[in-house]
Amino acid sequence: MTPSLALNLALALLLLGMAGWAVLVRSTQAAVIGFMVYGLLLTLAWARLDGLDVALTEAAIGGGLTGFLLLGAAVRLRSVEHRAMLQAPGLATRILAALAAGSITLLLAFAVLTLPSPAPSLAPAVAENIAMTQVGNPITAVLLAFRALDTLLEALVLVLAMIGIWSLADDRVWGGRPGFAIAHDASGILHYAARILVPIGVVIGGYIFWIGADDPGGKFQGATLLAAMWLLLVLAGLRDAPRVSSQTLRLWVVLGPLVFIGVGGLGSWVAGSFLGYPQGYAKLMIVAVELALLPSLTLILGLLIMGAPKREIGR
Amino acid sequence: MTESPASLLLVLAVLLPFTGVIIGLLLGGRHVRTVALTTVALGLAVIIGIVWHALDTSTAMEYVLGGWSPPLGIRLRADGLSVLMLLAVAVVISLVSVYAHADFAPHDSGKETRAPPVFWLMLLAIWGSLNLVFVSGDLFTLYVALELLTFAGVPLVALDGRGETLRAALRYLLFALLGSLLYLLGAVLLYGAYGTLDIQLLAQMVRPEALSWAALALMTVGLLAKTALFPLHIWLPPAHAGAPAAASALLSALVVKGSWFLVLRLWLDVMPNVVTLSAAQLLAALGAVAIIVGNIVALGQVRLKLLIAYSTVAQIGYLFLMFPLVFGLAFAGLDSTQAVAGGMLQTISHALAKAAMFLAAGLIYLTLGHDRISDLRGVAQALPMTVTAFALAGASLIGLPPSGGFLAKWLLLSAALESGQWWWGAVMLLGGLLTSVYVFIIVVRSLAPAEAGWMPKTCVPQYQQMAVLALALSAFLLGLAALSPVDLVQLGRTPLSLLRGTP
Repeated sequence: MTPSLALNLALALLLLGMAGWAVLVRSTQAAVIGFMVYGLLLTLAWARLDGLDVALTEAAIGGGLTGFLLLGAAVRLRSVEHRAMLQAPGLATRILAALAAGSITLLLAFAVLTLPSPAPSLAPAVAENIAMTQVGNPITAVLLAFRALDTLLEALVLVLAMIGIWSLADDRVWGGRPGFAIAHDASGILHYAARILVPIGVVIGGYIFWIGADDPGGKFQGATLLAAMWLLLVLAGLRDAPRVSSQTLRLWVVLGPLVFIGVGGLGSWVAGSFLGYPQGYAKLMIVAVELALLPSLTLILGLLIMGAPKREIGR
Repeated sequence: MTESPASLLLVLAVLLPFTGVIIGLLLGGRHVRTVALTTVALGLAVIIGIVWHALDTSTAMEYVLGGWSPPLGIRLRADGLSVLMLLAVAVVISLVSVYAHADFAPHDSGKETRAPPVFWLMLLAIWGSLNLVFVSGDLFTLYVALELLTFAGVPLVALDGRGETLRAALRYLLFALLGSLLYLLGAVLLYGAYGTLDIQLLAQMVRPEALSWAALALMTVGLLAKTALFPLHIWLPPAHAGAPAAASALLSALVVKGSWFLVLRLWLDVMPNVVTLSAAQLLAALGAVAIIVGNIVALGQVRLKLLIAYSTVAQIGYLFLMFPLVFGLAFAGLDSTQAVAGGMLQTISHALAKAAMFLAAGLIYLTLGHDRISDLRGVAQALPMTVTAFALAGASLIGLPPSGGFLAKWLLLSAALESGQWWWGAVMLLGGLLTSVYVFIIVVRSLAPAEAGWMPKTCVPQYQQMAVLALALSAFLLGLAALSPVDLVQLGRTPLSLLRGTP
């Protein structure tokens, strides 16, 4: 057994074990922590598969932000967790769920095993056309040139999710600030950590964003890191969460999608096709779109975590 | 199938509503409704342009985004089915917007309150997402469209803000996300096997093998969960009945049709050679159970909105009866166009009629202060136009001539007889009978005179009643489409021919 095979096997077993843990463990918080570890292991797995962009995204979104969100939910649910356990689904429901999940797994396993090898792929087509986009990272070329529409629509999904979360607010506090926990302890460890970490995090986030044009990285991963830094500032009490009715906030939130649509429209005018880039200006346009998306995605991701408005305006 | 400048209309049909969403969000406060109504007017013009272009050229419209042709890039494509759905949805969206004008007015002070911006922004978002479902030619873009549709629909379910609506919204969200996930798994498998996500290229490459079958099964089950076909319907009644009337109309008339349309696309246009007749029979069998169970449970309801929601469960069943009919005819080497047309008409007439019914129920609730079916006295006195609209919409659901429901059932019934599957015809007739019972009960009860001295709780504006009547009349007169000289359904489509080759 070669060392690399042993590593792969160990990783696969750990992944399965962690997934089993997250499903089977009784405490919600323990399950969430299991899920976060699972996300980190998955990051390693993607890295082993040479999918560095996917690995970065998994670490940032799958393990990081989602884990944080779930942890917050678990903490909030702690007071009712015991009662919820008493209402746990009966044996029949569990067996049904296990059967459904099991049969989907079998179907997938079977399908994956019958996939043709080598797999048909668009990678050669991407490599052939990437020069026209003037960017070096094929993922960026796919996301912002070949399939730019999907990326634009994904940004809109996030905007809708944000509005959806805001809509859970109480009528009286609409327009107010999310009720995100605030520590007012200026000498506390969180305060200290925020002062040290945030400048570093912002630099790293900016770097990940900037290198995305030619190397693994990009706006999504960069924005996640920046959003985490923003959350840290708010958690440490150094900045308050914004009012959701603030027009400045909303301007930054819609900036990315608006610029994206604008660039698309420009394309239909000067390049003969919506979301087309005029010859020689592709990279410029792509960077412009990414630059506009970065603050929007940072704010939206942060706001998704902060949750619905909880405090009235002015308080 | 040339790419003319007019094809840019397809991009506009998708992005105009979303541009409205972000501009409405930006301006906020008193401006959201104005932005939404302006967008609806502009969007309607775009859709009319698309329909006009389709009739004028009699070809499918196609737009390749960014000049990157598939499989590398993405294309939008509108054939006859897309054009019909675009038009029907535009009509419903416009009339629901008229109805909701006062219900979701900005606060007098100009200060932004919660429900109005959420309603208007999500109305636009639902429109953009549905248009994307109808014109997208790419399996992954369609996945994004499904996600957009979910995130636009869920906030509407919880718009009322009561605990029970939050619970319904959460349940809907879980079903919808599970559905999206299964769809995505299937799409990934297809890309792994054939190396493209483009629908038309895929249709030429897909082989009837185990892998395609697995992908189709996963995607179909996912989409059925989102469409609420029995037995995956349990999220629908509380979700659709708990929302404000205008939101219920959008959810019940339109949102469930998005995932249904995608099932149709997959089965008819992407993988017709993978489909077997017994799979189509299974789909219709679930539909048949939905028709019977949905209608019977509807009969037992105490509240009007819940009755209408259960009626949607039943009507969704009808949408799946077309599958064995289409494939039965195609396998026999016969023309299946009529069955496809019947299914499309059923969807469109249900969209119009169900929107009218939910809106009518909203007005009835305002007038009485409740919506208990046992006590609808005085409604016809206070709201003559609305009760007429309810009766006309009901007639379309039952399938009385000359309604759209009648023509749809007629086409499906003849397809059932022609393909030797009379039992689906029997289910349709039984469903119509059950539907007529509750429509009749409601209309008769609302015709009863009110007690002396009874006053309506609220005076309903005339234009709201007219919007409801316009919807119901469209459903009722849709059957006259049979007289139309043009056949939009087959526009840009090749007739399905599936003489079984070697497996």
